[in-house]
Amino acid sequence: MSGYLEGVLVLLAVNVVFAYGGFLPLAAGQLNLGLAGFAAIGAYASAYLSNVFKLAPLVAIPLAGIIAGAVALVVAVPVLRTRGIYLALATFALGQIVQAGILNLEVVGGAAGYPVAAFIRLPTIAATAVIVVALVWLLFATRFGLAVIAVHDDEGAADLIGIDVRAFQIAAFALGSAIAGVGGGLYAHHFSFIEAQYFNISLSITIVLYVLLGGTQTVVGPLLGAAVFTLLPELLRASAHWRYVAFAAAVIVIMALRPEGLVTGAQLRRLFGFTRAEHVGLPKERTG
Amino acid sequence: MSATDPILRLESVSKHFGGLRVIEDLTLAVRRGVRTALIGPNGAGKTTVFNLITGVFPVDAGRILLDGADITGTPSRLRIGHGIARSFQNIRLMPHLSTLENVMVGQHCRNHGLRGVLQPVNLVPRNRWREAARAALANAALIQYEHSTVGNLPYGVQKRIELVRALMAQPRLLLLDEPAAGLNPAETEALQAQLEKVCAGGGLTVLVVEHDMHFVGALCEQVIVLDFGRKIAEGSPKEIRENLLVQETYLGTPAAEPMERHSARSA
Repeated sequence: MSGYLEGVLVLLAVNVVFAYGGFLPLAAGQLNLGLAGFAAIGAYASAYLSNVFKLAPLVAIPLAGIIAGAVALVVAVPVLRTRGIYLALATFALGQIVQAGILNLEVVGGAAGYPVAAFIRLPTIAATAVIVVALVWLLFATRFGLAVIAVHDDEGAADLIGIDVRAFQIAAFALGSAIAGVGGGLYAHHFSFIEAQYFNISLSITIVLYVLLGGTQTVVGPLLGAAVFTLLPELLRASAHWRYVAFAAAVIVIMALRPEGLVTGAQLRRLFGFTRAEHVGLPKERTG
Repeated sequence: MSATDPILRLESVSKHFGGLRVIEDLTLAVRRGVRTALIGPNGAGKTTVFNLITGVFPVDAGRILLDGADITGTPSRLRIGHGIARSFQNIRLMPHLSTLENVMVGQHCRNHGLRGVLQPVNLVPRNRWREAARAALANAALIQYEHSTVGNLPYGVQKRIELVRALMAQPRLLLLDEPAAGLNPAETEALQAQLEKVCAGGGLTVLVVEHDMHFVGALCEQVIVLDFGRKIAEGSPKEIRENLLVQETYLGTPAAEPMERHSARSA
């Protein structure tokens, strides 16, 4: 396999993991613009654990995810008190705080960056991405998934049905941050060098774009969003200077044509042949 | 079923929004097993009464008792666990979920702890919660819509799905906020058939806010009339129709048929 192809596939797998980190809070109706911060916590925690304590990456990366999730759990309580645009700004500020903190943390190299000794290749990264997708898919096939989407659709009605709206929002936020932390760990161990500048707001926005363009209603959406928007810029490489323009134009076109994302729940249910009931059922509707 | 056995009691309940006294020293009782209607002109405070019973708003004064237990301070989320379920004036199903998933959301309050939350309802086809939800849909003649996204279904069907969802909590007291509003006569009839089936068991008390007096007359045994946040009359549908004060404030004189159907939102 060429180095270029492996590089693209690694990026794809890492982006898929990041996308699920963004998907969980968005599925519960919350925009987390601090994802890059949690990815950074995961990357630095994993690098530190393997550099200093000589932990294998396969141990360090899940631990890093747990650390990122634990930090998210602590900050979620005050941050998730805000709503809408204020929540977006609060999470954005959170990401900035993490980035600034790392820049001043000499133990992990500060502004000079941090080399990572233990190296992992594509198979490990791809396998981790598959496990993350499978776990999120399993989680959303349980009552947890129903409750999260119910909270997204109508907080007031969900509360009266007995759903603890805040608990599910905090859980989605913390689990998403843990997944972003795993993504950061994967990134750190493959690229062997991390710096705070990489985990900036544009990374957070890109992750959110993957999810919004792929669709927040189904577990398939983030996978498709991350795949399309990792591979599209590569395919557009032919027109070197214009590829980012073309990419941005593609984003706008998709938002205009598919405002709820490329994949929606209704569409999936159609794909699986559930429409018969809809079409046959309507005229048959009992009239009393 | 004696008058001394109320399942729900409101004692001197008041609710003000700023200077607006929406509910004023309201005392009423809903008897166990008696299908009761709450009627009154727009703005009389009917929906507010529902919102106070379900805890959407706190009361400013007074007490709410369910089966003798004081639930005045119980958070809204926990009241369904005490046996109070409701439907909404404007349908509030989860538009992105299928019919079956919406009904399964209605079972949420009967699932406790991590084990309840992790029930694989959409993974295991024969999961017992999923089977129960499908049986309820089949019983309500709605099973053909189980995999349809609810947002795309006709209004009347959505109203009936909302009723099935509310029943999944296995409530003792079911609050229905204008169940027949916006329905065509065929849809109203289908809803009425469904409600009669639901009430036939006898374990459930239903309190209905409704403007359609034919619907109320057909379904309810007791009627409470509200005006300006106070109870102005109570009795059987027949007594209420003949009550002069109610005619004056709400129903109009018998000559004024056909009765106007109100659809604007009542406060």
